[in-house]
Amino acid sequence: MSASQEKAKEVSAKASDGGAGIVFIFFIVGLVVSLLVGWVLFPKVLYCQKEQPFDFNHALHNEMVLDGCQSCHFFRNDGTYSGAPKLNQCIECHTDVQGITKDEEIFVNEYVRNNREVPWLVYSRQPDCVFFSHAAHVLAGEMQCKTCHGHIGNSTSLPVYEYNIITGYSRNIWGHNISGIKKNTWDRMKMDDCAECHRENNVKQYSVQTKKGPCFVCHK
Amino acid sequence: MKEGQHDQHIKKYGMVIDLDKCTGCGACMVACMQENNIPFQKDETDKMLSITWLRVFKLDNGKPYPDTDICYLPRPCMHCSGIGEHGHSPCVSVCPATATDYSMETGIVSQIYTRCFGCRYCMAACPYHVRHFNWWDPVWPSGMERSLNPNVSVRMRGVVEKCNFCFQRYQIAKEKAFTEGRTEIEEHEYQPACVEACPANAITFGDLLNPKHKVYKLKQDPRAFRLLEKLHTNPKVYYLSSREWVREAGDNYIENEKVDVEPKKH
Repeated sequence: MSASQEKAKEVSAKASDGGAGIVFIFFIVGLVVSLLVGWVLFPKVLYCQKEQPFDFNHALHNEMVLDGCQSCHFFRNDGTYSGAPKLNQCIECHTDVQGITKDEEIFVNEYVRNNREVPWLVYSRQPDCVFFSHAAHVLAGEMQCKTCHGHIGNSTSLPVYEYNIITGYSRNIWGHNISGIKKNTWDRMKMDDCAECHRENNVKQYSVQTKKGPCFVCHK
Repeated sequence: MKEGQHDQHIKKYGMVIDLDKCTGCGACMVACMQENNIPFQKDETDKMLSITWLRVFKLDNGKPYPDTDICYLPRPCMHCSGIGEHGHSPCVSVCPATATDYSMETGIVSQIYTRCFGCRYCMAACPYHVRHFNWWDPVWPSGMERSLNPNVSVRMRGVVEKCNFCFQRYQIAKEKAFTEGRTEIEEHEYQPACVEACPANAITFGDLLNPKHKVYKLKQDPRAFRLLEKLHTNPKVYYLSSREWVREAGDNYIENEKVDVEPKKH
C-alpha cells in the first residue's frame, strides 16, 4: 500500500466519524421535531374550537334549584331523558333579565324575546349508532351524574367546546389527553370506557361471541 | 353466563305466526320498513338486491284446480339458538368481525352495522335468507328523511342488516320500566312493529320461557312447526297451520331425501 493510499484512508475514516455525529444530531433533532408535531401541533390541528352561544354558570343555578341536577335535566314519564333544558323550562324564571351578567342579557334578548331555542353544543354527544339510557344508569344503576360528566355541576363557566375535524365528534369523547390516558372516570367517553365499567360491575355479560356484554346493549 | 347457571332475568323472545289467519296483506312488511328505516330503491323488482327484513312469501300446493291451495308465509329473522341453546346460530358462528352476536339475555341475534365490514359470510350461512346486503347508500326521497325513526341508525353501503325483533322497542320499554321503579317489562310493552301492524292478529310475540306469555302456549299447539327443523338451528319463530301440506313445506324435503329421526327439542 502506498503512502498516498494510506493518507486517503485516514481522511475517509475521519470524515465518516464526523458523518456519524451529524447523522446522530439530525436524528435527535428530527425525533424532537416529530414528537413536538405529534404531541403539540397535531392535537391543535385535529381539534377545532367552537364558542357556546353564551356562557352558563352551573354552580349559580345549582344553588337556587331544589332537586340538584334533576331540576333541569330530568326524566320524562316515558323513561326518556330530557338532556339540555329547552327554552320552555328556562323562561319559567328568565322572562326578564334578573342578574347583572352579560350572558343572561344575551340569553333574554336574543333567545327568550325571539322565542328561539338555544343551540347548545353538547360535550357528551355520541355517534348515531349509540344507544344510551340515562334511566338504566341513574335510576336502575343508581349512578351519580359526575361519574360520567365530572364536576360540571359546580363549574362557574362552560369549558371551550372542541371537536374533531375528521369525525366531527366532541373532544370529550376521546378525552383531552391525546395519548388517551385517563385519571378519572369522566375523562373519556369512548366505547372502551363504557365496556370497562360494564365488565367491572358484571352488567349483562351475556354475549355468546365475546363472553362479555353483547354489542346490542349500547349499539343500535 | 356460566353453563347451567339459572338466571330469572333470562328471556327467550320469540314469535308465533298463525298462517291460518295470515291474509298476505303485507302490512307487517310496511310497518317493518317504516320502523327500521329500511332503504328502498326506485326499482324494487330485483329481490336479490332489495332489502326486506320481513318478507311475505306465497306458497302453493302445486296442485291443479280445483285442489289448488295457497298460503302466505311471513318470514322474519328466526333468531336461531341452536340445539341446547348454545347460541351459536349459523350466522353468529361464521362472522369474522363479531358484528353479529347472540345475547343470552334476550335470545336475540343482533347485527352491529358499524362493526360489519360486509364479507357476507353470514348471508351464505343463513338457511332462511333473512340477511340483506346494502349495495348502495340509502337515499330517501326529499322530505322523507324526516320520517326516519331516531331510535334506529341508518345503514351505509357495504354492510349486512337483518330483523332484530325491533330491539329498540325493548330498550325503550326497559327505560320506561326503570322510571316506574320496575326492572322487568310487561308482555304488551315490548311488541315488534309487524305484530302491532297485523290486522288479522296472526303474529304473537313474547317470551317463550314465560308461562304467562301467549307464545308459551301457542308454541305447544299441535299445529305448530318451524322452518327447516332438520337443520337443528332451533329457530324462535313458530308457525301454526292446520294444513298438512303447509307444515310439510316448512321442512322442505326433496324427493327421496333421508328423513332425520332425531327427536325435536323445543
